[in-house]
Amino acid sequence: MKQKSSFRLPTIIIAAIAVMLAAAGSAQAELLIRITEGADSAIPVSVVPFAENGSMPVGDKLSSIVQADLAMSGEFRPLPPEKMLSLPSKRSDVYFRDWRLLGQRYVLVGELTRNGDRVEARYELFDVNREERILGETAGAPASNIRSLAHHVSDKVYEAITGVPGAFSTKLAYVTLERENGKSRYRLQVSDIDGKRARIRLESKEPILSPAWSPDGKKLAYVSFETGKPAIFVHELSSGQRTKVADFPGLNSAPAWSPDGQSLLMTLSKDGNAEIYEMNLQSRKVTKLSNHWAIDTEAAWDSAGKGIFFTSDRSGGPQIYYMAKPGAEPRRITFGSRYNARPRPDSTGKYVYYVHQRDRAFTIARTNLENDEETVLTRTESDESPSVSPNGRMLIYATKQSGESVLTVISADGGAAYSLPASEGDVRDPAWGPIVR
Amino acid sequence: MKLSAQAKVIALLFSAGLFAGCSTTGENMDEGGYGSDVQPIDQDGGSTVYGGGDQGGISSSAMSEDERMEIERQAEQAALRDITTFYFDFDTSEIKPEARDVLMAHARYLSSNPGQKVRLEGHGDERGSKEYNLALGERRANAVQRFLIVNGASRGQMETVSYGEEKPAVMGSTESAWAQNRRVELVFE
Repeated sequence: MKQKSSFRLPTIIIAAIAVMLAAAGSAQAELLIRITEGADSAIPVSVVPFAENGSMPVGDKLSSIVQADLAMSGEFRPLPPEKMLSLPSKRSDVYFRDWRLLGQRYVLVGELTRNGDRVEARYELFDVNREERILGETAGAPASNIRSLAHHVSDKVYEAITGVPGAFSTKLAYVTLERENGKSRYRLQVSDIDGKRARIRLESKEPILSPAWSPDGKKLAYVSFETGKPAIFVHELSSGQRTKVADFPGLNSAPAWSPDGQSLLMTLSKDGNAEIYEMNLQSRKVTKLSNHWAIDTEAAWDSAGKGIFFTSDRSGGPQIYYMAKPGAEPRRITFGSRYNARPRPDSTGKYVYYVHQRDRAFTIARTNLENDEETVLTRTESDESPSVSPNGRMLIYATKQSGESVLTVISADGGAAYSLPASEGDVRDPAWGPIVR
Repeated sequence: MKLSAQAKVIALLFSAGLFAGCSTTGENMDEGGYGSDVQPIDQDGGSTVYGGGDQGGISSSAMSEDERMEIERQAEQAALRDITTFYFDFDTSEIKPEARDVLMAHARYLSSNPGQKVRLEGHGDERGSKEYNLALGERRANAVQRFLIVNGASRGQMETVSYGEEKPAVMGSTESAWAQNRRVELVFE
């Protein structure tokens, strides 16, 4: 239990890298990881530092990245290497009794081999109680891409233990804002989910908001005010090519992709007030899906791609509604407080997450769609923009810490948390990217 | 800037009340003025601005009563139009009763100056959801637009845009900051 208490001491700060951006010509404001608390139920796991054959790239070690990934999920409690009794790199050196004594459930061992400009990892995961190997693999990547290799290993380990695919190789999109001398600088950025390898994709003096990932992870849709009013753009990440797809009079906002990537749900007010529309991205034809004098906005497809969740204030204040198919009569989902908005269903179809006002605080809550039970997940007070990881296990949202906007990641049941503050200014509007195979 | 404009109008209402022989006191006018959205008002500053205009009207014996009234009225209207920001309660787009006189003055001005264009910028406070706040900001701007149209302005003179919670007038997470950020601004071109 000593390990547990030492882990639960707040604030593990993991080193951050400043990335120089040739295009932007300026030093990038990096995100820092701050693990604020771990879950009580976290599984003890040992990630033994990998043996190394040949020279390895400078920077974080693969095993440290894997260890940080697992800790970040809130579901694991990695043993600090200095507490390990031995540092095996293959099965014959693993003494299960030692690991049992240390209270460990799983042990990951492996070695890295330099092969020209590539690095190969051979690794094995053992169940300590059953004394069994539950995962063994060899995987390789360019030496310059050791982070991707590490996140891949984390995904495999996570899946072998939990039965659910890991989401450590996915990306985050978010918007940073710096205010200087009365001028604002909005930057749309994409990074790894630990905030590393951030790259600026768009920079503007005017607001950028609501980034949304295409299902294949290749494009972002977002709202940009660069023309003086809100318009929706689709941005292809590999080429940087941008297309303005919606620029109707009034609002053009809250884009959300269909599961097949062929259309976007969006909020338009061209006919008088905010309604939900679907735009076919090929024909650019829009179809109106809601029709009410109230505000209807923040639409998102359910996990099956059949129905649509959205926010409407038709009852007097914003509440979450669901239409079983596009254009169907909406059913109200939330009743627990007078303000519930911005629904984000998870990939399992079991939960919908949203902004929830509780007394004076704005928190993130979820409703279990099977029994309508509502659970408040956060203890912070100015929370918004929830986004669920593609495996349904983690949730990222924007909140305030000492007056600045930061991103916080929690396990989807609210059990653990880490935050991603920007080194300067605010960071907001996180969008968790899909798992790309 | 905003404070002095509000101070002017309070002072103006105050002096107009006295002129009409109304027994309303200054304190009452404060209460009925801009309510919770008003910062403490510098009464001295207000009366300095207004004292002159009133006195001029009264002392001019060559002026007919009608002319005097008209000058009074125009000064009053111009002073009202110094106010270009209108505040809203949380999660509402209802124009507050105390904003009506000022908006009427803007509507009359737009009506008699058809070439004048105005941009109505809607905003919300930082609380709650960004996209909902964007829609709420638009609804606030639309509410002001409708009021101006009903009172004589034409749709072609106006464009609306909502910035949601993106462009706060005041930074910070206090009741006072939020109250000042839930607003529609009239921007004359």
